[in-house]
Amino acid sequence: MIKINHISKRFGDKVVLENISAEFEKGKTNLIIGSSGTGKSVLLKCIVGLIHPDTGNVFYNLRNFTDADKEVKSEIRREIGMLFQGGALFDSKNVEENVMFPLEVLTQMHADEKRERANLCLKRVGLENANKKAVSEISGGMKKRVGIARAIVNNPNYLFCDEPNSGLDPQTSILIDELIHEITHELDITTLVVTHDMNSVMGIGENIIFLYQGHKLWEGNHSEITDSGIEELDDFVFANKVMSKMRKTNS
Amino acid sequence: MKGFGKYVIFLGSLFVRRESFSTYYKLVLEECMQIGVKSAFLFILVSTFIGAVTTVQTAFNMVNPLIPRFVISQVVREMTILELAPTVMALIYAGKIGSSMAGGLGTMRITEQIDALEVMGVNSSSYLVLPKIIASMMMYPMLVIISGVCSMVGGYLVGTFAQLLTPTEFISGIRFEFNPTEISVALVKSFVFAFLISSISSFKGYFTKGGALEVGIATTEAVTTSVIAILLADYFIVDLIL
Repeated sequence: MIKINHISKRFGDKVVLENISAEFEKGKTNLIIGSSGTGKSVLLKCIVGLIHPDTGNVFYNLRNFTDADKEVKSEIRREIGMLFQGGALFDSKNVEENVMFPLEVLTQMHADEKRERANLCLKRVGLENANKKAVSEISGGMKKRVGIARAIVNNPNYLFCDEPNSGLDPQTSILIDELIHEITHELDITTLVVTHDMNSVMGIGENIIFLYQGHKLWEGNHSEITDSGIEELDDFVFANKVMSKMRKTNS
Repeated sequence: MKGFGKYVIFLGSLFVRRESFSTYYKLVLEECMQIGVKSAFLFILVSTFIGAVTTVQTAFNMVNPLIPRFVISQVVREMTILELAPTVMALIYAGKIGSSMAGGLGTMRITEQIDALEVMGVNSSSYLVLPKIIASMMMYPMLVIISGVCSMVGGYLVGTFAQLLTPTEFISGIRFEFNPTEISVALVKSFVFAFLISSISSFKGYFTKGGALEVGIATTEAVTTSVIAILLADYFIVDLIL
């Protein structure tokens, strides 16, 4: 479980996050949603420690991550897997080496074991034949899947995904969403996804928080999101034409 | 001053939460290939031509018949060991290797590859930058030695083929009143320049913010700052040792 308490962050005069508190449960796909520039990615970076919040704390299973010393932070980070928006794969390494990388730096496993584990993860994301390909040779969707394989290769307790669907076609987006959702239940991990894709929200959102201009306005699940009664959330949810049509039909 | 303070803190961060020796060993070897072996051709080419041109121009200016011809190769030797091999090559090194380091790290920063390392619990600055600095300090002195030799060989070839001086005169000039301290000065310079170029370029690349345009700016700044640092360090080293 991940708990965030009163997280605030400002860059200069601009308040990006204001007093955000939430709990992200184990075994669930937790979503942070909101329009672009609303502070979702900053919140995610505060949670994984890439940005230090001005106030507030992040707890990983009751371990205070924000105020922890470097050793404890490093220990917690070894339990984290993260899928970045652009994949963040290392250009100098091929697909297999990218997936093996966390094992190289975090474990003392034998080279054959590492390769076997990496290939198992690549198989899990449906890329068993791409292991020797260079990063520049694979498509955007494949990059995301390699990113997922790299994120889960070290058996993480926490999986973070920063806009996993950005730049992907709708079909591939659904595949990536389903993959993240399946892996969360399969490994019984705490997954946190930052997205503004309504397909993801309606498909995999078991616990959702909605951010608006740096504030948390709503929390619930995908079956409750259409009946929130919050104007800003309705504007976000029904901005999509399909969702808007659905709303009209229902009413 | 704020930038200098950040640079000092950055250097300090290279030595905390280090990876295993075997990891660095592998990374340093890779960097040595990239920095040293792949740069050798350019260094050989440039230094050979500089040596050749210096010989021709020195001979052209030696119009007094009372000055012995071997002075030409003596001048080439002094210029090569004291300035051309360590300092001029450092400027080329900053342009080729420094820009490549800054560009590479800057691209890694904007594509979140550095963030990915941090999230995995790896000290990204130590993992990415320390091997570059170590490899640079190992390979650049070697490149300086190769450049020095090539420069004098270039001078010898042109000087003798163009009959500016005989092979015996050239060798005599190279040996005449040779002071071995000059070699030490050149090597001290090469170690200092290698450290400055690799650390400054890495610093500029590592802290790139923004997109492709900013990577270009960081690369330009890396070369400019490195060149200024080389020239200042060159003056202080010469002033201290000679």
